[in-house]
Amino acid sequence: MNKQLLIKCLKAFFVGLVLLVLYTPILLLAIYSFDKTNMIGRFEGFSLTHYAALFGNSKVLGMIGNTFLLAFLAAILSTVLGTVGALGMFYTKKRVKMLIHGASQIPVINAEIVTALSLTVTFVAIGLHRSYFTLLIGHMVICTPFVVLSVMPKLKQMDNSLYEAALDLGASPFKALWKVVLPQIVPGVISGFMLAVTLSLDDYIVTMYTRPSGFETISTYVYNATTKGNAHTAVTLASLWALTTIIFVIIVLFVVISNLSGLRKKEAKR
Amino acid sequence: MKIPRFSRKTLCIPYAVFLIFFVIIPMLVIVFYAFTDKNMHISLGNFIRFFSDPTKLSTIVYSLVIALITTVICLLIAYPVAYILARSKMKRKFVILMLFVLPMWINFVLRVNALRELFNLLSSLGGMEWLASSNYFKTVFGMVYDFLPFMILPLYTTMLKIDPSLYEASADLGANGFTTFTRITVPLSMPGIMSGVTMVFLPSMTNYVVSDMLGNAKVTIIGKFISDYFGNDWHMGSMIALVLLIVVFVSTWLTGGFKSEENVRGANL
Repeated sequence: MNKQLLIKCLKAFFVGLVLLVLYTPILLLAIYSFDKTNMIGRFEGFSLTHYAALFGNSKVLGMIGNTFLLAFLAAILSTVLGTVGALGMFYTKKRVKMLIHGASQIPVINAEIVTALSLTVTFVAIGLHRSYFTLLIGHMVICTPFVVLSVMPKLKQMDNSLYEAALDLGASPFKALWKVVLPQIVPGVISGFMLAVTLSLDDYIVTMYTRPSGFETISTYVYNATTKGNAHTAVTLASLWALTTIIFVIIVLFVVISNLSGLRKKEAKR
Repeated sequence: MKIPRFSRKTLCIPYAVFLIFFVIIPMLVIVFYAFTDKNMHISLGNFIRFFSDPTKLSTIVYSLVIALITTVICLLIAYPVAYILARSKMKRKFVILMLFVLPMWINFVLRVNALRELFNLLSSLGGMEWLASSNYFKTVFGMVYDFLPFMILPLYTTMLKIDPSLYEASADLGANGFTTFTRITVPLSMPGIMSGVTMVFLPSMTNYVVSDMLGNAKVTIIGKFISDYFGNDWHMGSMIALVLLIVVFVSTWLTGGFKSEENVRGANL
C-alpha cells in the first residue's frame, strides 16, 4: 500500500517537474515584465513601464498588427482553398486523389527552410518580386495542407446517403454541397482554420524569405532584435516580455473559457 | 433529366493548380539548381565541392548528432509523461495534457527568447558561469523545450488506444510490470514513437532559430547551412536542400508515412 502511494507521488513529481521546466521561462518573463528596469534578476519595483512602452511604440504595434492580419488572411484563404480542395479530392478518382494527396504532403513533411528556398528561387525565376503577395503564398503553402488534413477525416466519417437524398429531393449539386455536406464537416474546417492561424503566427523561416523588404512580424522582429542586437533593442526587448505575457494570458483565458463552455455543454446534454 | 451545372470533382482543380505552381514546380526548380553551376550548365560540381569539404561534412555530422540527442531526450521525457497521463484514472487528465500543449501556442520565437533570458539570468549567478559558453548544451535544451509537445501528443494518443484489458490479461498470465511494459506498451505505442521521432528529428536538424538564438551563432545545423547559401550561392543551397529532401522522404517512407490524424499540432484536442 505504501509502495503504491510512493509510485503515485513519483509519477506526480515527474509530470510536475517537466511542467515546471516548461513554464519557468514564461513565468520569469511575466514577473519581470512588471519590473521598473529592464534587467532580469533584480526586481526593483512594480511598474507598467514596459507595457506603456509596448503600446506607445508604433513600430512594435505595427508589427503586431502585421502578424495578426497576415495570419488571418492566410488562414481564411488556406481554409477556403483547402476545404474546397478536400471536397474535390474526396469525390474524385482514386488515382487523382492519391496524386494530389501526395503533393499536398510535401510541405507537411518537408523542412521549412527547403520550402522557403524552393519558393524564393521559383519567384525569382518567374520574375516575381517579393511582395505581400509572395508572403501570402508562402504562408498558404505551409497552412493549406494542414487544413486538408483536418477536413479529410470529417469527410470520411460523413454519411454519404444524405447528399444523394438531397439530390433526389431536387437540390442542385452545389446546393446539396452547401446545405448538406458542408454543415457535416464544419468541425474539421474550424480546426483547420485554427491550425492555419497558429502555423502562420508561429512562422519565422518562410516569412523571412518571402516577405517584402521592411515588413516585420513578431517572429522576424524578435529574431533580429535578439541575434543582431544593438544599443536600443534592450528597451524594446523588455517590452517584448510584456508582449509574451499578454499573449500567454490571452491563450490561458481562451483555453479556460473554451474548456468551461465545453463542460457546460456536456452537462446540458446530460 | 437535369444536367448538373458542375461536377464535384472539379472542386479539386484550384488546389491542384496551387500545388503544381507553388509546391511541385518549386521542387523541380530546386533539383534543376542543384545540378547546374552559376552559368546554368549542367554539372555535378556542387556535389563534389560539398562532399570533398571536411569542415562542411563535420558540420553535417554535428547537426545529425544534435538532432539525435534532442530526439532521444525528448523521447525519454515524453514517454513517461504520456504513459502516466494515458494510464491515469484522473477525471481531469485532459487539463494536464492541455498544460503541455499550451506553450506551443505562444509565438515560437518569443518562447525561445524567454528561454534565452532565463539562461542569461542563470549564467550571471554564482557557480553557473559555465552556462554562458555551453552553446551546444543550450541549443539542445532549447530544442527539447520547444519540440517536446510534438513528442508527447502522438505518444499519448496511441497509448490511449491501447485496450486496458491487455494489461490485466498480462498480469493475470503472470507477467510482472516490466514484462508488460516491454511486451505490450512499447510494441503497441510504436506508431506513436515513430511519428513523434519524425516530428522532432527533422526540425532539430533544420530549424535554426533555436541554435541561432541560444547558441550564440556558434552552433551550425543543416538548416542554417542552407540559409547561409541563400544570399550568395543558390546552386549550393539547392544542392543541400535536395540532399535534405531525399533524407526526409526516405525517412518518412521508412517510418511508414506521416500519421496525419495523430499529431497535427494538437488541433484535434
